Amino acid sequence: MSQPAPVIELRDVNKSFGPIDVLHDISLKVNKGEVLCLLGDNGAGKSTLIKTLAGVHKPTSGEILLDGNRLSFDRPKDAQDIGIATVHQFGGTFPLMSIGRSFFAGVEPTKGFGPFKVYDRARANQIAVKAVQDFGITRIDDGDRLVGGLSGGERQSLAIARAVHFGARVLILDEPTAALGVKQAAHVLRIVNEAKKRGLAVIFITHQVMHAMAVGDHFAVLIRGAIAADFRKGEKSREEIADLMAGGESMAELEANIGN
Amino acid sequence: MHLIAPLLRRPAAAAVLSLFGILIFYVVFGGVNLGTLAGAASWLNFAANLGIVAIPVGLLMISGEIDISIGAMIPAGSMTTAIISGYYELPIFFGMLGAIGVGVIVGTINGLLAIRTTVPSLIITLGTLVAMQGIILSASKLLTGEASVAITAPDWSKFIFGQLIGGSHQVIIVWWVAIAAIFWFVAHQSRYGNWIFAMGGDRESARNAGIPVDRMTIILFILTATSASFVGMCQAILFNSAQVSGGMNIIFNVIVSVVVGGVILTGGFGSVIGIVIGTLTFAIVSQGIYFTQIDRNWSNLIIGAMLLIAVLMNDTFRKLATIGSLSKK
Amino acid sequence: MAPKSPNSRARASKLGALARRPEAGTFLGMLVVYVFFATLGGAVFLGAPGWSSFLNMAAEVGIIALPVGLLMIAGELDISVGAVLPASSLTVAIISGHYDLPTHYGIFGGLFVGLLVGFVNGFLVTRTTIPSLIITIGTMFGVMGLTLGLTVLIAGSTGVFMTPDPMARTLLGQFIGGMFQVTIFWWAGFIAVVYYVLHISPWGNWIFALGGDRESARNAGIPTQRVTVALYMSSGFAAAFVGVAQVLTFQSAQVAAGQAFIFNSIMCAVIGGVLLTGGAGSVIGIVLGTLTFAIVNQGIFFSGLDPNYGSVIIGALLLAAVLSNDGFRTLAMRYAAKKT
Repeated sequence: MSQPAPVIELRDVNKSFGPIDVLHDISLKVNKGEVLCLLGDNGAGKSTLIKTLAGVHKPTSGEILLDGNRLSFDRPKDAQDIGIATVHQFGGTFPLMSIGRSFFAGVEPTKGFGPFKVYDRARANQIAVKAVQDFGITRIDDGDRLVGGLSGGERQSLAIARAVHFGARVLILDEPTAALGVKQAAHVLRIVNEAKKRGLAVIFITHQVMHAMAVGDHFAVLIRGAIAADFRKGEKSREEIADLMAGGESMAELEANIGN
Repeated sequence: MHLIAPLLRRPAAAAVLSLFGILIFYVVFGGVNLGTLAGAASWLNFAANLGIVAIPVGLLMISGEIDISIGAMIPAGSMTTAIISGYYELPIFFGMLGAIGVGVIVGTINGLLAIRTTVPSLIITLGTLVAMQGIILSASKLLTGEASVAITAPDWSKFIFGQLIGGSHQVIIVWWVAIAAIFWFVAHQSRYGNWIFAMGGDRESARNAGIPVDRMTIILFILTATSASFVGMCQAILFNSAQVSGGMNIIFNVIVSVVVGGVILTGGFGSVIGIVIGTLTFAIVSQGIYFTQIDRNWSNLIIGAMLLIAVLMNDTFRKLATIGSLSKK
Repeated sequence: MAPKSPNSRARASKLGALARRPEAGTFLGMLVVYVFFATLGGAVFLGAPGWSSFLNMAAEVGIIALPVGLLMIAGELDISVGAVLPASSLTVAIISGHYDLPTHYGIFGGLFVGLLVGFVNGFLVTRTTIPSLIITIGTMFGVMGLTLGLTVLIAGSTGVFMTPDPMARTLLGQFIGGMFQVTIFWWAGFIAVVYYVLHISPWGNWIFALGGDRESARNAGIPTQRVTVALYMSSGFAAAFVGVAQVLTFQSAQVAAGQAFIFNSIMCAVIGGVLLTGGAGSVIGIVLGTLTFAIVNQGIFFSGLDPNYGSVIIGALLLAAVLSNDGFRTLAMRYAAKKT
């Protein structure tokens, strides 16, 4: 029995900016309903990798495949249309807009015809609120309220609910819990699990090992633009993962280098 | 309280309060007769000329950019009309086309520079402002030898663009109302309006959401420049002449009207109704003072104070709007 | 053949480093512009009449452009300078002319007005979340209104005359050799002080930090509020100083003066490499930008071209300067990245 192709796969992806090589031979696979946690310290190349997946950059070499099919995008909208949704660290939701308008920015529902198409506020609000409540956030009940009044965790959840609603197959989350407190982070992680349950492939980028271990099925550690380690849940302990992220040195070696 | 809160959250809230504040101030301290004020045309004419430019500039600011070249575009519009149809005596249609055309060209240049370079729009439009001032003056001297040109427009064009209704009210007031209605529809009822707010909120996210950010930016810059040249054109037709100077004050007048009206400088928030009310408020402060016993030399002081108070109110209301989004647990 | 000595290699790289500085571009632009107008204006422009005309203009705009540039580096704007200038001129004229008090009372009064408005600006910018563009437009209107209202109230007209006493005249209001305004030397003094503040003293780094990221600056322990207020008081002082110098030179003050300085000072700073978004710029750059602006502005009168083309040239120059500054910066960054 053959396995279905992974939802998203990178094969030997390289990315350089002029003389600077940022990504080296990245190969990753994420299956349906799985969460891949991409761990790495700052400067490891995470944001370039995300931007390449999101369609902001084109790989210098290598392939990106969706359901086994080669992809090529010219701009972020292409990636979105194919079903790769990226939720960035800070917003991407518009704080001064209402929840309904923010949810449907760019794809506003309209009623009427010709040049007199009117933005269907009632429908937009109704759908947005329902989508968010389906994900377990019951506090939001009025689509006219401003996004800026939501907590950080709620805004991330809104962004994720939006991505799922518009048919995302792959969800790339860029440090979603970085700026959040414990309770809010738990909220977001719950929503990631919900997305998993709905069959999305999730790439969860973070430098917080605890959060990664809470939702991850599969882990990859990015060091200086290359995959330094690739393992499934349970194969490594928390300390081992933290060491890997810190550049492969164990805590002991680190202390020795500092001169303790 | 529950009825008032949603009203205060609207961008126009502070503008309405400012308007009432000024009226009350002028009545109590200036002894103005509201009836006389209402019937007078001076402030309404002033408001219309200012307002037609303020609305697209306000929308441009909501989208996250700014355009100060409008200060040169009004005389550009009036001079183009006057030179083509007054000095060269071509049919008025060509003069009008020229005025609009100049607006489209300058707006396109502004827009292209804004999207193709990383130069902030304040600096770009400062450059075009200065350059246009030079171009208008040198073109005028080159072609006509004068700094002011006379024009006598045919009756039909005067009827549409330059007549005085009842001998006092400029017909541009009707244009202002019509333009305000159209822009209100686009900004608040159509999808394009949502796009403008999205661009101002987070340009990159808007682009990623598929909104044609570059195209919208150019269109908005064309609208600001053209609305200014349109006002200039109407002035030339109404007053039968055009001058090179004038128009510099309007830059700050527009910004004040727009900001009092609830638009925030950093973009993403505001409303057309707010801009209209902000314009009315500015016009009443600036021109209504003549109907009071207050010495008109103090008008700028009142404008300055009003601007700061209105902006503080806007700020407070907006914070309330975001906090107020939290419903009871 | 002898290998290249380490000294010559070091010299070559030093020259390269110099060329990569953003001021190099501004200097080049200034040279190009000077040569252009010298070619057109001939001996007259190259001689004292030419030099005095643009140096006089440069000095006035330059004194204001320096603190305005500092504010821009710190991430703020000051539109009110256009109203402070006539306010201080009229203060001097009213105190020493209308009320006939000794000249130095008037001078102190004028300078005080600048400091006061600067303080109000700084206070409002730091205590509210309102952008400085809006606040200083508000204070501009306010000061304009106060100036007009008080002048008409006290003096009964929109212009006031005065006769400065000889000492004040010599210090602030004379024409050296009949052509060069003494303001030029004061400008040099301002340049020295501002250069020291921005590039030598620790406060300079604070200003850059403010413009880079206000929050980070505050977290690093920089007294951001005090620095901002001080910067606004210095721009108010500079505008007032020029106003004082003007009234002492020309012996009269007008309500309507000064508007041009608002955008002119910003242009000088921007041509000089100051970023509108803050965090970058230099005093040398601002000075070179001011000279470039003045050369174009005045050179056009010596060139025989229609003076109105001057504005077109300045507009184009502004855009060229900003674009090339951008280009230099990108080049510098790319070179820096290559090195690692």
